[in-house]
Amino acid sequence: MTRRLIYLLPALIFAGIAGWFWQGLSPNRDPTLVPSVMIDKEVPAFDLPPLTADAPGLKSADLKGHVSLINFFASWCVPCRAEHPLLFGLAQDKHLEIDGIAYKNKPEDADGYLAELGNPYARVVLDQPGRTAIDFGVYGVPESYLIDRDGRIRFRQVGPLTEAVIEGQLKPLIAELSK
Amino acid sequence: MTARAVIGRAVASLALLLFAVNLAAAVEPSEMLKDPGLEARARAISQEIRCLVCQNQSIDDSNADLAHDLRVIVRERLTAGDSDRQVKDYLTARYGDFVLLDPPFRTKTLILWAGPAALLLLGIAIIAFAARRRRAVAAAPLDENERRRLAQLLDQSK
Repeated sequence: MTRRLIYLLPALIFAGIAGWFWQGLSPNRDPTLVPSVMIDKEVPAFDLPPLTADAPGLKSADLKGHVSLINFFASWCVPCRAEHPLLFGLAQDKHLEIDGIAYKNKPEDADGYLAELGNPYARVVLDQPGRTAIDFGVYGVPESYLIDRDGRIRFRQVGPLTEAVIEGQLKPLIAELSK
Repeated sequence: MTARAVIGRAVASLALLLFAVNLAAAVEPSEMLKDPGLEARARAISQEIRCLVCQNQSIDDSNADLAHDLRVIVRERLTAGDSDRQVKDYLTARYGDFVLLDPPFRTKTLILWAGPAALLLLGIAIIAFAARRRRAVAAAPLDENERRRLAQLLDQSK
């Protein structure tokens, strides 16, 4: 009897492989998502000029001491417009500073975008060459990075922030980090 | 065919050939380095770096903005005196192993690299095992009764 069980082995192996492949087809899995290697690492060094001459710029050292959300956006980016209203809700959190980095955007375009949709950011700076974005591992806009008090990246969102991501992941993490 | 037509054809096919060779690359002349040795290394590295926007093209092939930026970075690093290894490390520090089109050998990629060899060895082992068993069965000689019956059958069929 036990010898016969060996004939079940191929069926079991098939079931195992089929299950594994089935998981790969799950609609919740985005195969184009590039996982960040920057999580739990210190933010890359940067020093970016402000969008408007009278406002402060932003450099990596400025991020120490408080929880911040760095949001890479551009006026030419359509999904940015979708996430933009949600940033105002997040901006109400007193423990959180939201800083915007305009990626490959002319100052006048970024300015027009914020004049049109409102400005949820504490600081808005320009990354015209897009090098700071590359140092963060950005490969498209929008992308958002949650930075803890010690200046470490704790969370990264590729693509627009959604209600589900904000409520389910971002807010609990912000609450934990600002304790 | 006149000599002129022959030359015309030769030029046309040569142009076509050059075009075909150049078709895949997205490198713009303004990006290229003056030093042909460095440029050749930059091309070779670029062909192994994944464009993160299109994902199934190398940055050497892709017209995406980010691919252009990464091509320029590769050339900057080489000009600064980096080795090929260092240039790739610079990129993987930002984008992870995913940026390499050729996945490196890690514990995470063990199944990928060792899987086919392991399956081949398993297959050889199964075949060897089955062959040995078959030989063991075939080696049993006929006994006296069987041999007589076989002779009978052979006689009948004549």
